[in-house]
Amino acid sequence: MAEDKTPPRLKSAAEMGRIMAEYFKELDAAAKDGSRKIAWCTSVGPAELLQALGFLVYYPENHGAMLGATRMATDMIPAANAIGYSPDICSYLTADIGSYLNKKTPLTKAFGMAGPPKPDVLVFNTNQCRDVQDWFAWYAREFDAPLLGVYTHRNIGDIEPHQVGDIARQIENLVEPLEEIAGRKLDMADLRRAVGLSRQCSDLWKAVLDTAAHKPSPITFFDGTIHMGPAVCLRGTEAAVDYYQKALLPELEERMANDVAAVPGERFRLYWDGMPIWGRLRDHSKMFADLRTNVLSSTYCNSWIFTALDPDDPFGGMAKAYTELFIVRSDAAKEAYIQRMLDFFKVDGVIYHDAKTCPNNSNCRYGMPQRLETATGIPSLTINGDLNDLRLVSDEQNKTNVEAFVEQLEEGR
Amino acid sequence: MEAAEHGLADRRFAGIDIGASRTKVVLLDDRKQMLGNAVRKTGTDFGETADRCLDDALGAAGCDRRSIKAAVATGYGRKNVAFITETAKTEISCHARGCYQLFPEAMTIIDIGGQDNKIIKLDAAGRRISFKMNRKCAAGTGAFLEEMALRLDLPLERLDGLAREAAGIVELGSFCTVFSATEVLGHIRQGRAVPDIVKGLFLSVIKRVLEMDSLVGSVVMTGGVVAHNPFLVDMAREMIDNPVRTPEHPQLTGALGAALFALDAASHTEPDT
Repeated sequence: MAEDKTPPRLKSAAEMGRIMAEYFKELDAAAKDGSRKIAWCTSVGPAELLQALGFLVYYPENHGAMLGATRMATDMIPAANAIGYSPDICSYLTADIGSYLNKKTPLTKAFGMAGPPKPDVLVFNTNQCRDVQDWFAWYAREFDAPLLGVYTHRNIGDIEPHQVGDIARQIENLVEPLEEIAGRKLDMADLRRAVGLSRQCSDLWKAVLDTAAHKPSPITFFDGTIHMGPAVCLRGTEAAVDYYQKALLPELEERMANDVAAVPGERFRLYWDGMPIWGRLRDHSKMFADLRTNVLSSTYCNSWIFTALDPDDPFGGMAKAYTELFIVRSDAAKEAYIQRMLDFFKVDGVIYHDAKTCPNNSNCRYGMPQRLETATGIPSLTINGDLNDLRLVSDEQNKTNVEAFVEQLEEGR
Repeated sequence: MEAAEHGLADRRFAGIDIGASRTKVVLLDDRKQMLGNAVRKTGTDFGETADRCLDDALGAAGCDRRSIKAAVATGYGRKNVAFITETAKTEISCHARGCYQLFPEAMTIIDIGGQDNKIIKLDAAGRRISFKMNRKCAAGTGAFLEEMALRLDLPLERLDGLAREAAGIVELGSFCTVFSATEVLGHIRQGRAVPDIVKGLFLSVIKRVLEMDSLVGSVVMTGGVVAHNPFLVDMAREMIDNPVRTPEHPQLTGALGAALFALDAASHTEPDT
């Protein structure tokens, strides 16, 4: 009988589905009855401050990823292009705005929602990219809602006190306008609690991802992109902590104890740098599993680990956590980070995704793969594609590239 | 160890390269000698084309299917010929294997195919160091030349001869095949000589390929575009410092590599006699 190469499903997925459904249900109800104020926030924006002020927090980037994963994005993007948002800019932005213009959203099928909840305020941090600012600005005009932002430092080597101090001040300066919108004063105890829960979530998420260091790995990058939902949308809440502490982490630890591989017969261990190709998660998961190769770790999933969050110094900790983020660092710092990851996860090869519409998170464009290959001796492959716009993805090219890369790894053994 | 010692004499080994544009078959004997080969337009039925192409090669070699001990498929259609073989390798590996058999040294292979280009680097032991395929765009591939030939109302097979007649060269500035076609039309309108334009097209192909990767060792140029337009190799020699070689059958190196993999596999599985 042919060997079954199908990756086993994580049982925790059902529980994750339940808590994510609860999250969206609460947002939808609040949008309808006005019982809670709603803040839109970038994925690594000051979510803890918003939670402490009683806002329900909605993340448009998560919606962008949902549009990608459901393969709706490619049909939505042209509507945003037509009103002046170029096909060359962030396809989260164009898919999301296109979705709004077309009045079609994956939230309908998944959670019975007519659309995303209307914002009372939009808060961005440009640490992801400049596109988030333009993205939120469009909705601020559309909904006539206030727009607030934190402007990050970029190309950061070692984190300097002046950078952390500046970001901390920018976050503190958000308090007054947010209090006005929230209609209540910030209670520092609430902020410490939210930051504390966010830190717990972050530590647990790190523990989840670190299980991939085990041979064979109990988790894949593709699992990670799905199971990071609570770390992104529910950090700062007990629901996220409970999910990782009581469901996902114990399941992965059980797999480790029994040497259950996420990719049966794991032969090669790969690292993924750059954005996922959301509309191809399942195909890629199967393609690599068929090659008995596990893409088991990634810069992307590890970007929601915020070990600097500190309930005793909420503003300083948030500022440091959101400044030591991979995406705003210098190439030298990024390379040192990836080298540590390759070593820790015992990686055989690296895949760089050059995402056409995401230059800020495509790290292969300035010679980094070549420098890291020289430094580590670990071979790499760059594939061209996009996070959301499937018109920019050539499946045949990617398949041949990946198969040829695995053949190269076989030759090297 | 010689394959013949494993009882493989009189057995044939087939490499079938089902490319996006052309299907190629190579038949080898146990001493790695090419007994027959064939090339056909791939068309839309990969399986049928491969089947017929295999028959063509068997006919040229004067043998029948019963003599085939093992076969390996490669190219875009490598997974579509299960009735011949279920063993598939990518064209990257097969070109590398084929070229190293012909030129056993460190090299950079430049393969210019109908719809994609590849740069493959091998060390002196034939191990693959790295490879790159062209990105999503078909600029610099055979498809580019096909489109331009159409615009110039020229049969493809005349391009090589025309490029050799060129007194000058018309350089094209665009990456994009469609924009290049617009440029070409502009040059025609300005009365530029067609051979100079064709030479410019060839230069564009080489430039697109050379910007894909750096070169190490000698350069081996392969692929159908090189086979039908050997002037490309002459032009590359003028542009590249490294020695530039080309096999006797540049279009067949992928199929040759696949046949060598078939022979390797049979050598490993055949019981001693």
